[in-house]
Amino acid sequence: MLESVSQTLILGVLVGALYALVALGLSLVFGVTKFLNVAHGELLMFGGYASFWVFSLLGLDPFLTIPTTLIGLTLIGAILYQLVFVRMVKLPEEAKIKNTLLVGFGLSVILQNLALRFWSADDRGITASYSSMAFTVLGVRLPLVRLASLLTALVFLLALHLFLRKTYTGKAIRATVQDWEAATLMGIDIHRVYFLAFVLGAALAGVAGTLVAVNYSIEPSMGLNWTLKALIVMVLGGLGSITGTLVGGLLLGLTESITSLLLSSNYREVVGLVLFVLILIFRPQGLFGTKEG
Amino acid sequence: MKRNAAAGIVLAALVVAVLACLPLVVKKDSTINLLVLVLLYVVLASSWNMIGGYAGQSNLGHAAFFGIGSLVTRLLWIQGWPFVASLAVGVASAIALALLIGFPAFKLRGVYFAIGTLALAQILNVTVGNLLPEMSYNPALADYQLLPRYYLFLALAVLTIAAAYAVVHSRLGLGLMAVRGQEDAAESLGVSALKHKLIALVFSASFAGLAGGAFAYYHVSYYLNMPFHPTWTFDPMMMAYIGGAGTVIGPIVGSVFFVLIKELLVLNVGEYHLVIFGALFILVVLFLPGGLVEAWDKTRRALQRWMRSRHRSPVGTEVR
Repeated sequence: MLESVSQTLILGVLVGALYALVALGLSLVFGVTKFLNVAHGELLMFGGYASFWVFSLLGLDPFLTIPTTLIGLTLIGAILYQLVFVRMVKLPEEAKIKNTLLVGFGLSVILQNLALRFWSADDRGITASYSSMAFTVLGVRLPLVRLASLLTALVFLLALHLFLRKTYTGKAIRATVQDWEAATLMGIDIHRVYFLAFVLGAALAGVAGTLVAVNYSIEPSMGLNWTLKALIVMVLGGLGSITGTLVGGLLLGLTESITSLLLSSNYREVVGLVLFVLILIFRPQGLFGTKEG
Repeated sequence: MKRNAAAGIVLAALVVAVLACLPLVVKKDSTINLLVLVLLYVVLASSWNMIGGYAGQSNLGHAAFFGIGSLVTRLLWIQGWPFVASLAVGVASAIALALLIGFPAFKLRGVYFAIGTLALAQILNVTVGNLLPEMSYNPALADYQLLPRYYLFLALAVLTIAAAYAVVHSRLGLGLMAVRGQEDAAESLGVSALKHKLIALVFSASFAGLAGGAFAYYHVSYYLNMPFHPTWTFDPMMMAYIGGAGTVIGPIVGSVFFVLIKELLVLNVGEYHLVIFGALFILVVLFLPGGLVEAWDKTRRALQRWMRSRHRSPVGTEVR
């Protein structure tokens, strides 16, 4: 019993870190630009496919496909921003959130159906030679792939944290979040900041897609589920802070794994969503409220 | 204006008459099925429009009402209840769900309402899929007839549009549009936003529930959670927007347009219709908030102006 409980908790943490990475891009974009890009899950799906193809065509190690996925998704993000999102930069905040949400749904329909045309509806996954390897520590199984994913997620969370804290550009992004008017007066080109944040968000969605392809599987209609997960994490952890995103991810991961243990794995998704609705109702602006970058 | 309205009603009656007589001429089942699809979308898009267009509350959980209507109707009907009674209970469940969801959901404003309703609908979608994962078969397959289904959908579409028209031209409709424009201002003038939004949601849900019941009657076999799928929200929403959200005619135009380009594209280039439809939807959101209806209005006015300026051509010889 004790072993299965600790196994559950460990798995919850491992999955939770992945969830944090899934939400990181969405949270960054929303925090900086107030774009609610609900096509985030579709960007993640494209990242998963990018890694899948590099892995199966070139035979590269799945974790070494991350650089190409980053480049691919950066490009897609840049194109989407210049084609579509740039037109909503000047809207007032509420209209901006609503319109980006609608546009995001349009985009998700487009991307999903393109993926269906390109790659068919088949489930695909990345299975490396070491996929079934695991360590056993004190009776708890630690799958190697999950550990590597945890490490990857933490590396990206930390990298973004350092980027926002230590670099000049990162500081410009945070300044824009705090007060875009003042930032403009200080000579920060907020259009560039928005562009950068959006592209970074897309790239992060791509890496998350790689990890999803390695740990689970990918298929064209997976996007909505992952967008919802990202939204749940965002609401759970509070917006804008990277620590908050990590905490939110871990909370969701643990909630899901505990639900699987106590109830049934079929209700994992439901419990996360119920939690989400409850928080929206009882702390409406509260958890979205914090604004620090 | 008065003359326009009368002309509109005559035109609508004409269209309905043609649709009602159509099965006498068209014998191909595939054509009738296509029309059923259009009519289903008309009902879904128009009912979404009541809450999403007129009241301005982007409801992303419309599929939940469609789903519950179809689920309850189907289960009762398969058990041997008369169809009409099953349908009535189905619609009642959709209304009950609307009231149940409405109170908590309307505590959320704007985008929070949108993602909250999406989450609520997904909760239902997953739960129904877990509890009732099996395929539902129509036991009386031998005497399945398409025409009663067609007329049911036609009647539903007429009813939905008539109701939308009646609501828009009533005090309730004005209240809804006031809430859409400026919720706080509307409240300050004594328009209860919560009451209006709830009524709009109940209206919207009852027609979605009816559509669900008709869907349960129409389909021979389907997975019971299929009508809960979020595409039943997104597609009608896109149709309403592309046609013109917040107008009676918009969702009709959008639905016809959707099925039309779907059919045309399937014949010529394959299943790209949703890609194109998604792109059109984005264009409408960005550049043409009034949808095709507004585009048509603008073109017509521009044409009229152009015609008038041509009639006036030789200088000073204008006859009035």
